[in-house]
Amino acid sequence: MQRQTVIGRGVRVVLLTLVGLFFLFPIFWVLLMSFQTNQDILRIPPSLVFTPTLENYGALISGRLESTAGVLEIRFMNNLMNSVILAVSSVALSLLLGIPAAYAFARFKFRLGEDIAFTLLSFRFAPPLLVLLPLALYFQQMGLIDTYIGLIWVYQLITLPLILWIVRGYFEDISEDIEHAYRLDGNGWFKTFTRIAIPLAKPGIAAATLLSFIFAWNNFVFALILASADKQPVTVGALAFVTASGIQYGQIAASIVLSVTPTLLLALYAQRYLVEGLSLGAVKG
Amino acid sequence: MDGSRRPFMRRALPYLLSLPALLVCIGILIPFGTAVYYSLQRYNLAFPMTRGFIWFENYTLLFTDPGFWNTVRVSLLYTLYTVGFELVLGLAIAMLLQRRSFFNNTMSILLLLPLMIAPAIAALMWKLMTNPGFGILSYFASLLGFPDFKWASASSSALFTVVLIDIWVYTPFMMVLLLAGLRALPRQPFEAAELDGVPQSFVFFRITLPMLTPYIITASLFRMLESIQQFDIIYAMTQGGPGNSLMVFQVAAYLERYQYTNVGRSAAILMVLWAITFLLSNIFIKQWLRLRERARGVA
Repeated sequence: MQRQTVIGRGVRVVLLTLVGLFFLFPIFWVLLMSFQTNQDILRIPPSLVFTPTLENYGALISGRLESTAGVLEIRFMNNLMNSVILAVSSVALSLLLGIPAAYAFARFKFRLGEDIAFTLLSFRFAPPLLVLLPLALYFQQMGLIDTYIGLIWVYQLITLPLILWIVRGYFEDISEDIEHAYRLDGNGWFKTFTRIAIPLAKPGIAAATLLSFIFAWNNFVFALILASADKQPVTVGALAFVTASGIQYGQIAASIVLSVTPTLLLALYAQRYLVEGLSLGAVKG
Repeated sequence: MDGSRRPFMRRALPYLLSLPALLVCIGILIPFGTAVYYSLQRYNLAFPMTRGFIWFENYTLLFTDPGFWNTVRVSLLYTLYTVGFELVLGLAIAMLLQRRSFFNNTMSILLLLPLMIAPAIAALMWKLMTNPGFGILSYFASLLGFPDFKWASASSSALFTVVLIDIWVYTPFMMVLLLAGLRALPRQPFEAAELDGVPQSFVFFRITLPMLTPYIITASLFRMLESIQQFDIIYAMTQGGPGNSLMVFQVAAYLERYQYTNVGRSAAILMVLWAITFLLSNIFIKQWLRLRERARGVA
């Protein structure tokens, strides 16, 4: 589109290199730290030359951090497991609840549907703590505080609107004629829904699933307020770990790497859906 | 078909399908109502006997408290800086990556990685990098002539540090939305401008920017609403400190509730925040709808 001169090209390359350094260097650096001993980390000036060690990961996986002050029991792997349980079940539940509702919103124009869609939209931007503070008191009375069930329920606030809005957009784009033709052959709506509509909306469902999984995994404040240590996901667990372990910097770096690896790998693996989901989630939601 | 044979089922179907979403809606509305109610009460968990309805006293107390105005000021500054810088930087990167090529596409995917990291974890990464003892950024700062730069642990540079982290995490969001917008723009105006030899700055300000405005508004709105409610980065980094230099709305409300057990005051702080976000989002949505109308009218 633009005339590319040699100078213009040079400037572009320099600028993009700077941008790449700023956004990728922190990830690279923390990854390096996670393979270093504390002596290597504390060396000044910092050096790229060191003998990599797996000690930090070993300590995290076994849950026993040995330091000069003694042995510290840390159940970081438990936090990691909690993240998997919470993110996977929340997304699964949201898909189960959200896809039929998205279909109803897209296919049947009904008043209540518009109202629900609008309420979800306007409350999507309410401060999370505004809902969480009263909810914590309710959960205490209901015995739901510090349970997976309670957390998964509240996680629906993140995952359900996202799935609803993205998938609804996809259902709206499917031509109704295809569904009509299939129903004229004598198939009921349920069969039409599962055999025609869902397969056609698959890219949207994939994008919504990926994005809501990442948002659920990255959530911090819900579990901070509604769960205690043994139910908390990595986001809260890593912070507690930093406070507890103090100066075990290599292990802190390793815990960070373990917490972000799943979402980063998933994002790289399904990048096409990621960009689509981000744009759609923002524009339509 | 079964629809016409069973009219009741046909009419009930959409409601049955959306019932779960409706329940979640109610699930949000109930705690929200409770929060409004709490904000009108003297309600401190440490003094259950003094609980009672006091109308707007929590609010009037807030509005006469300099600490609260500090919260308003810090939150607005944080929002202004983060959204402003992210918009400019995101747009610049999007324009650098606009042309579709293997390199540009790979780069735009790699640049999304910070966005995939939990903000609370991102704060921990930067905590390691700004550690005064071994942090690589502290080392760079000393090379640049700031041997004792304190990053988030001095109140003079705390806001700068958390804004920088926010920029690191969320600029990719701006970038990806604006890149999608840029690539969706029609080509004719640009081709015509090129044929006429119109200078690039004119093309940018008179063609690119106006056509991109709906995307800019959407992306900024999203970032603004998240920014003014920022909790994760600031809480993980300094818990609102040093002093109260980073005491933004949600951190202030959290500490009010969990350190001072003052449920009523905490709810009032959050209600003020909610009113601000509601106002902001309405202004933006109106603007966006107006622009869309106009775009349709022209087309």
